[in-house]
Amino acid sequence: MALATPTKLGAPSPATTRTALTVRRRPSPGRVLAWVLMGGVMVVTLFPFYWILRTALSTNTALAAHPSSLLPVDISLGGFARVFGLQSTKDALAEGGAGGSLHFWRYLLNSVLVSTVITFCQVLFSAMAAYAFARLRWRGRDTVYGLVLAGLMVPAVFTLLPNFVLIKELGLVDNLLGIALPTMFMTPFAVFFLRQFFMNIPREIEEAALLDGAGKVRVFFRLILPMAGAPITTLAILTYMTSWNDYFWPLMVSYSDSSRVLTVALSIFRAQSPQTGVDWAGLMSATLVAALPMLLLFAAFARRIVNSVGFTGIK
Amino acid sequence: MAIASPHRAGAHRQGAHRQDARGDGLLAAAFIAPALFGFLVFLLWPTLRGIYLSFTRFNLLTPPEWVGLDNYVRMVNDPIFWDSLRVTVVYVVMNIGVQTVVALLIAVLMQRLTQSAFVRGIVLTPYLVSNVVTGIVFLWMLDTQLGIGNQILGALGFGHIAFFGSKTWAIPTIALVNVWRHVGYTALLLFAGLQAIPKDMYEAGRIDGAGEWRMFWRISMPLLRPILALVLIMTVIGSFQVFDTVAVTTAGGPANATNVLQYYIYGAAFGRFQFGYASAMSVALLIVLSVITIVQYRLTKAGQTDLG
Repeated sequence: MALATPTKLGAPSPATTRTALTVRRRPSPGRVLAWVLMGGVMVVTLFPFYWILRTALSTNTALAAHPSSLLPVDISLGGFARVFGLQSTKDALAEGGAGGSLHFWRYLLNSVLVSTVITFCQVLFSAMAAYAFARLRWRGRDTVYGLVLAGLMVPAVFTLLPNFVLIKELGLVDNLLGIALPTMFMTPFAVFFLRQFFMNIPREIEEAALLDGAGKVRVFFRLILPMAGAPITTLAILTYMTSWNDYFWPLMVSYSDSSRVLTVALSIFRAQSPQTGVDWAGLMSATLVAALPMLLLFAAFARRIVNSVGFTGIK
Repeated sequence: MAIASPHRAGAHRQGAHRQDARGDGLLAAAFIAPALFGFLVFLLWPTLRGIYLSFTRFNLLTPPEWVGLDNYVRMVNDPIFWDSLRVTVVYVVMNIGVQTVVALLIAVLMQRLTQSAFVRGIVLTPYLVSNVVTGIVFLWMLDTQLGIGNQILGALGFGHIAFFGSKTWAIPTIALVNVWRHVGYTALLLFAGLQAIPKDMYEAGRIDGAGEWRMFWRISMPLLRPILALVLIMTVIGSFQVFDTVAVTTAGGPANATNVLQYYIYGAAFGRFQFGYASAMSVALLIVLSVITIVQYRLTKAGQTDLG
């Protein structure tokens, strides 16, 4: 933006620092250098993703023989076959897998279930609460809201241990519901985020609907929620990503396939390396399976996610 | 604010269900019930309970037994705890130090070069994958024998480095791996802060003959300070809670070199079933984080902005 106007400035001022000059000339060395830096940042950012793909498409034997090849070596989908349990134990062992049973379809399904339930419930309940805090009149409102906001001060990890004790008492260990429960109802951030938005919806719009005879419940679901479509979508995407990527909490709660989510399954896959060395091709295939849904989600909503970072940053 | 109008709204004709001045008590109760339930049961209660458990001996099988300050006495005398705290602080300093400088650089580059959402999208990409994925990918790329990192080092004539396996390298490696995942997000936060600075300030600076370097220090930095301070508080708090990457890559090793506090707490609770002791260390971490927040806030006056 600002860089686009150097010519308008006419006669250059007497400044002679190198950086000042770089702004003026068209493809100035400073600008070139800056772009080179930027390019370097992007390469470092993206290279690991390429490396996942490159490794996932190779075989372990070839990976060991050509560790520095930049392209996939001995292209094969064996890694994916192992991850989804499509390979016989004998084949798996022969290709450098652990031969243990992994059911990534199951873990994928578990991750989808947990993240979907958490996202849907958390966003809905947080939105209802945010509306009550922003628009309804009731005694003690500001006190309760203050208390909820104070919840922002408690670091996430602090509640994990006591919550685990609670989930155990409820008999929900190794249960998908046990994983979902703590974040299913609200987070202080979600309430805060949506309340900010509801506060800014002009009251007149609401009052007009009320005068037309609509009840407040109806106004909320038919008017306010649709109007808040953009922030609600943003919040839902962020919540989905957070629960999809969560590791510490599911690690505590899930013990068997029935409740294992992808992050935990990945770490177990990594831990059960065969004698011959790590099954990198299989591990990278699994990693790709775990990461791909989020990357696709990002591809679909990139602009929205990128633009939301500024003001959700208070998180 | 909008709250100021209850009387006016209440005085309207009988448009709404309730025109009494007492408000929407019942409806509000229904709307707030699920969230309040979640807040009380899964946030407030666990917080209080965590503090309570820190004064007990508790192995999860028998009821907690009150032991007063025993856990805290034990903690103060536990060399592994102190070492773990030291390791965590070293990690945080490296992680936040590098991350903040690189994020600032990226943010300024973006501000001065391009507004492209595509570029910002690429920069943010690592943030979308989990810590577990990140940890495993770098475990592979930095593998001592086959990792591409060591292949490159070898090609350049250096010896191979056991990035995750040596006591010297493990913490810096984990710190940098986590920089990779978080730096884009931090850069975007700072970028948003930079965008709030009026463009004509840079115009004025240029007319006065200031170069990019001078303008960065004289315009960008002072005006970015409040945002930078908030971002620092946020990232430092997050950094102190490091767990996932350690659990996946080194499991606290070699020889406790990466035994960060949260990992030690996890081991105490789920490895040795000392939930009381684990809770006491959690409380200690909570206190450390609160103190850091307050001190940082005071020092940097995070709330203030020179833009007025």
